[in-house]
Amino acid sequence: MQILKGTPVSPGIVIGEAFLLDLEEYRMPRRAVVPEHIEAEVARFQSAIDKVVAEITEDVKRLAAAMPEDDLHKIFEGHIAIAQDLVVSVIDSIRKYRFTPEHAVSKKIRTIVKQLTSRDDPGGFAARIVADFTDVEKRLLRALFGQREQSHNGVHQKSVIFARDLTPSQTISLDRSKILGFVTEGGGRTSHTAILARAQGIPAVVGIENVTRDVSGGDMVIVDGTKGIVIVEPDEETLRKYRTLEKNFIQFERRTAEEMRTQPSETRDGIAVSLLANIELAEEAENAKDYGAGGIGLFRTEFLYTDPRNPPGEKQQFDAYVSVLKAFPGRPVTIRALDIGADKDLIGGTAPERNPFLGCRGIRLLFDRMDLFRTQLRAILRASSFGKLRLMFPMVSTVEEIKQAKAIVADVREELDGEGKTFDPEMPIGIMIEVPSAAIAADILCTEADFLSIGTNDLVQYVMAVDRMNEKISSLYQPANPAVLRLLRSVIDAGARAERPVSMCGEMSGDPLFTALLLGFGLRSFSAVPSALPEVKKVLRSVTVPEAKQIAQDALALTDAHQVTEFLTEKTKRIIPELF
Amino acid sequence: MAEKTVTIQNRHGLHVRPATQLAELAGKFKSPVTIVKDGQEVSARSIIELLTLAAAHGTELRIKAEGPDAAEAVDAIQKLIDGRFGLE
Repeated sequence: MQILKGTPVSPGIVIGEAFLLDLEEYRMPRRAVVPEHIEAEVARFQSAIDKVVAEITEDVKRLAAAMPEDDLHKIFEGHIAIAQDLVVSVIDSIRKYRFTPEHAVSKKIRTIVKQLTSRDDPGGFAARIVADFTDVEKRLLRALFGQREQSHNGVHQKSVIFARDLTPSQTISLDRSKILGFVTEGGGRTSHTAILARAQGIPAVVGIENVTRDVSGGDMVIVDGTKGIVIVEPDEETLRKYRTLEKNFIQFERRTAEEMRTQPSETRDGIAVSLLANIELAEEAENAKDYGAGGIGLFRTEFLYTDPRNPPGEKQQFDAYVSVLKAFPGRPVTIRALDIGADKDLIGGTAPERNPFLGCRGIRLLFDRMDLFRTQLRAILRASSFGKLRLMFPMVSTVEEIKQAKAIVADVREELDGEGKTFDPEMPIGIMIEVPSAAIAADILCTEADFLSIGTNDLVQYVMAVDRMNEKISSLYQPANPAVLRLLRSVIDAGARAERPVSMCGEMSGDPLFTALLLGFGLRSFSAVPSALPEVKKVLRSVTVPEAKQIAQDALALTDAHQVTEFLTEKTKRIIPELF
Repeated sequence: MAEKTVTIQNRHGLHVRPATQLAELAGKFKSPVTIVKDGQEVSARSIIELLTLAAAHGTELRIKAEGPDAAEAVDAIQKLIDGRFGLE
């Protein structure tokens, strides 16, 4: 038995067999071809090229049909050109040096890659081109070996997919009904794998070094996507324990979801509370409805920016926003403007920073990249006439930033007016509260913001001065710390005094442990990943507002995070014993 | 013999898509066209060779052609590059 630890990116527990996807390092033996076989080898190479071109053409078609607004398929068209451009020189070296086609292809690509990586590459430009060549090389070698692309044809039974990292072409070719879970070496919360897994509710753990070396195909594995643990070849006792957990997890989730879906979202004493969903892809909107979401509290738009070379155009964004609005007619849909920083270069050309979390990110970066900002605002404003859209700015730290951002919105509105385009002139414009300065001065920011949404993930990180990815200090990342609780209460109070709606969209609002406490602080709008909503609703419906106020008051009297957690666990256990 | 100097202006540089366009365009002329960057000279008809230039945003390139339609070829390629490949 081996226990491996990684980053949890999609919750849930699964047990199954490992399937290793594309871990082959194709190292070709340098075998000489006997002279009389040379032409046969040339022909074999030709048919591999034909096969690869046909395969990529199919991908291009499928992509163009699936995402007509996206130019992703054009990159694959370039891959066809690369494959065809290889023909002459590869055939040449088969004939001249009597190389096998496999060796000739490998050698040619190695030479190109070496040339590309031999120079300084500050913007990572050459590295991205290398990825294109490697993609073509892999396809060619697979065709030469007579292997099909290991896609759904390769995965025969439901398995846990292990890969170093999944390329976009692999991700789209997987048959989702055959996937139990995902485990990768690379990637973070924003990798393709993570996005796909969360959107589909498939448990996933990423960032486990050398995992494709430690696991063999067919190994029995347990994936705990909630804790970020992967257990290879578990012993009997562990297996038994996890089988129970897996069963309980599934049964409980299903039961709660079914039980809660149609129940009104209100407290036991009849106070209405809105339960909204956090989503990352437009396609998740339907899924959110299944979990009983009354709207979208946070639509993260970062995932539209999947290719740094090719940011999404106005039309593509507009389509995505409108499709979410149409899924929730008459319900609030909050779209957050692009929220990235130097830690994830999704737009290309971002210079590395010494301290990206205190750097040019969120609204700061948007002011710096007016081209991207204006395109997004145009798409959002135009979409606003299709529903109840609310626009939200990330990483705001001062009131001037809101004024400046609103001035830009006004300017874009004028531009659209001039073009005769329609938009909702009353669209609310709000801000994320995730920087301590914004939280402390929330009353001042309310003079400019139409609504507030507390992003607890970053807020806790900044208030505690703790990078939660740093394992050494992760115990200091304390949402239940009295300092955090006081600050949350004061933000909710400030919003209430200014008559500005306050919502919360961090992980805390999806954690049933905090539901009664936050309700007691006066929070009336919770936004969380869709799968967390039924549990939150269950707690909501079990308490009255006076009870919640009492819980809040008692929790604030405690002096450390452990006491608070213990106290809240004790209270929540009475409502949902299955969770503990 | 015709020659012109251009600067790559599209933000994401001469990546797969623009390189495909450039190679296609160069293939339409009778005159062989080459692209030079820092002394490295490659055929404009080969997407692979174009990509090995790793010409990021702001890179200066020299377009050279020799043959019957050399001037037209250089002009057309200059227009494509200056027009940011119609991408932005």
